[in-house]
Amino acid sequence: MEEKYAITVDDLTVAYNYKPVLWDIDLAIPEGVLMAIVGPNGAGKSTLIKSILGIIKPIAGSVKIFGKPYSKQHKEVAYVPQKGSVDWDFPTTALDVVMMGTYGSLGWIKRPGQKEKKASLEALEKVGMLSFKSRQISQLSGGQQQRIFLARALVQNASIYLMDEPFQGVDATTERAIINILKELRKAGKTLIVVHHDLQTVPEYFDWVTFLNVKKIATGPVKDIFNDGNLTKTYGINYKVSVQE
Amino acid sequence: MNFTEYIDLLFTDYTLQTITLGTAVLGALCGMLGSFAVLRKQSLLGDAISHAALPGIALAFLITGSKDSNTLLIGALISGLVGTFWIRGIVKNTHLKSDTALGLILSLFFGFGMLLLTFIQKMPNANQAGLDKYLFGQAATLLTSDVWTMCVIAGLSLLVLLVFWKELKLMLFDADYTKSLGFNIKFLDVLITFFIVVSIVVGLQTVGVVLMSAMLLAPAAAARQWTNSLSVMVGLAAIFGATSGVLGTAISASANNLSTGPVIVLIAAVFVLISFVFSPKRGLLFREIRYWNNRKDLQLNKTLAFMYHIVKTHENIDHPHAIKILNSFQGFTRKSLQKLEDREYITLNKSMWSLTEKGFEKAANLYNQSEENE
Ligand SMILES: Nc1ncnc2c1ncn2[C@@H]1O[C@H](COP(=O)(O)OP(=O)(O)O)[C@@H](O)[C@H]1O
Ligand SMILES: [Mg+2]
Repeated sequence: MEEKYAITVDDLTVAYNYKPVLWDIDLAIPEGVLMAIVGPNGAGKSTLIKSILGIIKPIAGSVKIFGKPYSKQHKEVAYVPQKGSVDWDFPTTALDVVMMGTYGSLGWIKRPGQKEKKASLEALEKVGMLSFKSRQISQLSGGQQQRIFLARALVQNASIYLMDEPFQGVDATTERAIINILKELRKAGKTLIVVHHDLQTVPEYFDWVTFLNVKKIATGPVKDIFNDGNLTKTYGINYKVSVQE
Repeated sequence: MNFTEYIDLLFTDYTLQTITLGTAVLGALCGMLGSFAVLRKQSLLGDAISHAALPGIALAFLITGSKDSNTLLIGALISGLVGTFWIRGIVKNTHLKSDTALGLILSLFFGFGMLLLTFIQKMPNANQAGLDKYLFGQAATLLTSDVWTMCVIAGLSLLVLLVFWKELKLMLFDADYTKSLGFNIKFLDVLITFFIVVSIVVGLQTVGVVLMSAMLLAPAAAARQWTNSLSVMVGLAAIFGATSGVLGTAISASANNLSTGPVIVLIAAVFVLISFVFSPKRGLLFREIRYWNNRKDLQLNKTLAFMYHIVKTHENIDHPHAIKILNSFQGFTRKSLQKLEDREYITLNKSMWSLTEKGFEKAANLYNQSEENE
């Protein structure tokens, strides 16, 4: 069974101030899936993503990206943080934020040039935000800010995308636009891991799912494991979601 | 001394030139680095650092017996750094919030510093006077060598900002993302914190422990109001800081016995006040004006939209209607009808009104927009 995994997580345990937030997580995410991470608020979804990215140091366990530690593979991974994690009143423009996606491949000190600018404009175009390129970021709507974050990840040109609630606070049009881009990326062979809140849309949007609530409840293809049993185990209450077969 | 005498003196008096240059460079340095403290929401940190530096000054004097400012400032630097990294250690390793840790270290170090200063004052040896200038600052004691130190540090800071501009900006905006791109955020953090500590320490002799954090924050807070670009903000903050330094020195030199440090800080505070009221994009004044204009426009648009509804049911746009029909609708006054006519949206004819082509289009657009926004 020599399947190729984009991300493998082994015995991962994370705690803030001695309070365990993730407990003994094992995950093997196959390459090329579009995976949802679902779980209630405070389940540790953001923490899991940050641990995979090496932003948070776990107290135990390890994470491998294509079989190697994150520090060697950061160019393979693009991150879309939760929108609320930054101060949108920061003095900068939409294009400037997207350009930040090129900083990783530039490395230390080297400044972005024409090539990076062109790639950033293309990413803006792709998310339908080209006409907002010079807009101060505080003047963007929530959905537009989310698109800017997506464009910044796109410009990284990575193989793996980790996204923390990219549909949070966006209107239906933006949600459509974003999911179309995600599906396109998967078709191009990318691996996408998305923290997702709307359980109704899981079967429509995703082909793989991980249930998380401090512990890993289940992980696998949506059609096999997205059922009321796992939802109830994850959310604690008797959950009924009509899953279209 | 009046102002013209001051100008004359500025061209002839070496001491005044030294002090003016010193306060200008210090202001620029503080403005530049203060922008980073403001944008990282570390406003209290400056206060903690400057207060934490005090015992270092006293200890340096006790150990070396020298009052040479560079010696004392090394002491200040060491205790400032110890205080800063102690605060960070507390925040990282305990449940205490950062403002609690800041307050704790600030009072602990400042209290200890004051204790040492009192002790030094009671010492029999006569060489102790003058250390208290570090409390409120005394620009008049600036020597050429002090100004040189400031210039070197300002130059180094500028160099660091230029070299690591991209990384520092990224970290300011989104630290987690910076880490995910493989940048060593600890290095960047220590780098910028180190230079903030250094700039506070070199300002102590001029502005003093108590007011130093205002010197760091005020020019940056003022600059933020005028621009939406980080580089412009840092540049403006440097200019505001330098101007505060020069003006503060001028005023205190012209009016005898006004101490320079507090005057510089006051000028910086005036910059903040003016910026918060008058800046076109974020200032209170223009916000208020925009608010009233919007309200007036809203009133007009409401009337126009109402007219549009009536006109839509007719074949030709310019079909005249009685003003009376508008009576059932609260949102119009004679004045607002006049305004609509001034803008060529409607034409008035005695007791009748009719919509113009332009008015119809405007109203139709209003309609589309409000639908799009929903
Ligand atoms: N920086 C932090 N310090 C302390 N506790 C935290 C921190 N970040 C998150 N937590 C706690 O960890 C738990 C999991 O948080 P998170 O990963 O953000 O959950 P989710 O993204 O699933 O809502 C929550 O109980 C939260 O309160
Ligand atoms: Mg979260």
